[in-house]
Amino acid sequence: MAYLDIHQLNKQFGATSVVQDFGMNIRQGEFVTLLGPSGCGKSTVLRMVAGFETPTSGAIHIDGMDMTSVSPRKRGVGIVFQNYALFPNMTVQQNIAFGLKVRRCTDSEIRRKVGEMIELVELAGKERFFPHELSGGQRQRVALARALVVEPRVLLLDEPLSALDERIRKSLREQLRDIQRRLGLTTIFVTHDQEEAMTMSDRIFVMNKGHIEQQGSPEDLYTRPATEFVARFIGNYNLLGTQESHALLGIPVTGHLAIRPESIRIFPHDSGEPGGISGTIRHYQLLGSVIRYRVDCGDIALHVDTLNRNAADLLNAGSAVRLHIEREDVREVS
Amino acid sequence: MKRDSRIGAWLAIAFGTLYFLVPLAATFLFSLKMRRDALSFDAYRVVLTDPQFQATFGYSALMACLTIVSGMLLVAPTAWWIHLKLPRMKGVIEFITLLPLVIPAIVIVFGYLHLFNSSSFLPLTASERSTDLLLVASYVTLSLPYLYRSIDTGLRAVDVRGLTEAAQSLGAGWAGILFKVILPNIRSALLSGAFLTFAVVIGEFTMASLLNRPAFGPYLQLMGANRAYEPSALAIIAFLVTWGSMGLINVFARNRGGIRCPGSQSS
Repeated sequence: MAYLDIHQLNKQFGATSVVQDFGMNIRQGEFVTLLGPSGCGKSTVLRMVAGFETPTSGAIHIDGMDMTSVSPRKRGVGIVFQNYALFPNMTVQQNIAFGLKVRRCTDSEIRRKVGEMIELVELAGKERFFPHELSGGQRQRVALARALVVEPRVLLLDEPLSALDERIRKSLREQLRDIQRRLGLTTIFVTHDQEEAMTMSDRIFVMNKGHIEQQGSPEDLYTRPATEFVARFIGNYNLLGTQESHALLGIPVTGHLAIRPESIRIFPHDSGEPGGISGTIRHYQLLGSVIRYRVDCGDIALHVDTLNRNAADLLNAGSAVRLHIEREDVREVS
Repeated sequence: MKRDSRIGAWLAIAFGTLYFLVPLAATFLFSLKMRRDALSFDAYRVVLTDPQFQATFGYSALMACLTIVSGMLLVAPTAWWIHLKLPRMKGVIEFITLLPLVIPAIVIVFGYLHLFNSSSFLPLTASERSTDLLLVASYVTLSLPYLYRSIDTGLRAVDVRGLTEAAQSLGAGWAGILFKVILPNIRSALLSGAFLTFAVVIGEFTMASLLNRPAFGPYLQLMGANRAYEPSALAIIAFLVTWGSMGLINVFARNRGGIRCPGSQSS
């Protein structure tokens, strides 16, 4: 049986339905991500698991116990917010100790556990600082320690990295995942950032307009998107409509064709490589290790990614090129 | 053009200052003239040593403190709940808290006397202690606009929902969240509400007079009707108390957030 079982969850605010028939099963120790654009209902799902919102219908079970209408303070669910929500009137130490004090732990126990947590999130020396004296990354680590010290059964992360700058976000991402693995925490992570979702998750649930669009491992979702929405959201897929598919590849489809930009091979027109689709480079973007070309093939624009191996291979805007697309790299999505 | 408007502004300020300071200075000067042919603080000595002054001022100060405590206990949780659960009710509550400014105190107190007189279902005016209770209740009503506004401003400045939810998920109950998390973070708002309330209550006349309680306001009126120099001294004293309260608001409003020991290292 799943450790965290969400069954047929629905949430309506007035007449608008925010979450529809949402269901998921999470194993103990699994790191699951809800990924979707803002307003897709992912945060509402999280808030229902935390107990801040009551579902209109459906059930939430943790470790076999019905939690659907249990008060948030009795759920044993820890949560970390995007804006940290640290208590401004308390020091780092007092913030982390808050949950233990509420549980009437002894002073020596509080001191020991808070000390362990401070070590875990690498904040030694900052015990007596107030939140406003810390950087964003440090604040979020305090928030994490505060949620973890009471040993929650489920950890909820509501876009915890979104307010941080790029460099801190990447290092904190690894630290977060490392701690989660070490403590074997059952975790739900909410984000709109597909890179975050791909690098951290055991499983990703892509959400759109209140329902689950597709779920699976990061590799699954990346290589086998089932719908046009997932293909757009997860990769930078080239999506071709019915007419375009026929015109470009001669493949009849009812929905869309999805082609990953890195699966298309690109050759200069005069390279002697036979066959392929002729096109002209409109412009390119240098993404560091990758060069992303935009190639016009008639009326159809395609993105093509190549590894940035050698500056001499760079094809300039206006160059005529040939594109090779293998049939097995083309995916039909609904 | 710009120069003209600036001169106009300075003129307005100068006029306002004179309008405010001249009577104050005249009152102060007059209060020093009790002794013939010399300036002295005799009037102040007389006032401050008057047992009636001490008794009424002490009574009013006590009433003010009780008002502050009960007003806070009423308003702080209400404002918090409104912020957290019923943000749409903000306008309604704001309107209700403004009513004491619109309805004259004398109307309110006649209403009380009608409801709670000694032959009513709840005869609060039957004994002195229960009349004190009624007086505190009416002072809470009077101070609602000031208390609610300052607390509301304080709550706007903190992430009420985030802090509440964080504390909830850590296992805290409602009372714990209010006293350990919410109130400490709006400390300066609470203090300014408290000082405003103190200033309002200490000089209040209508309620205390009509409920026949020995408060500072009726004493001021009595002195004003029967003495020459002492009322001026009293006016200056009352003025200083009020302005002292205002000054303290500013002091506390500036010391926001955490205060650390000097000498400890910073990031």
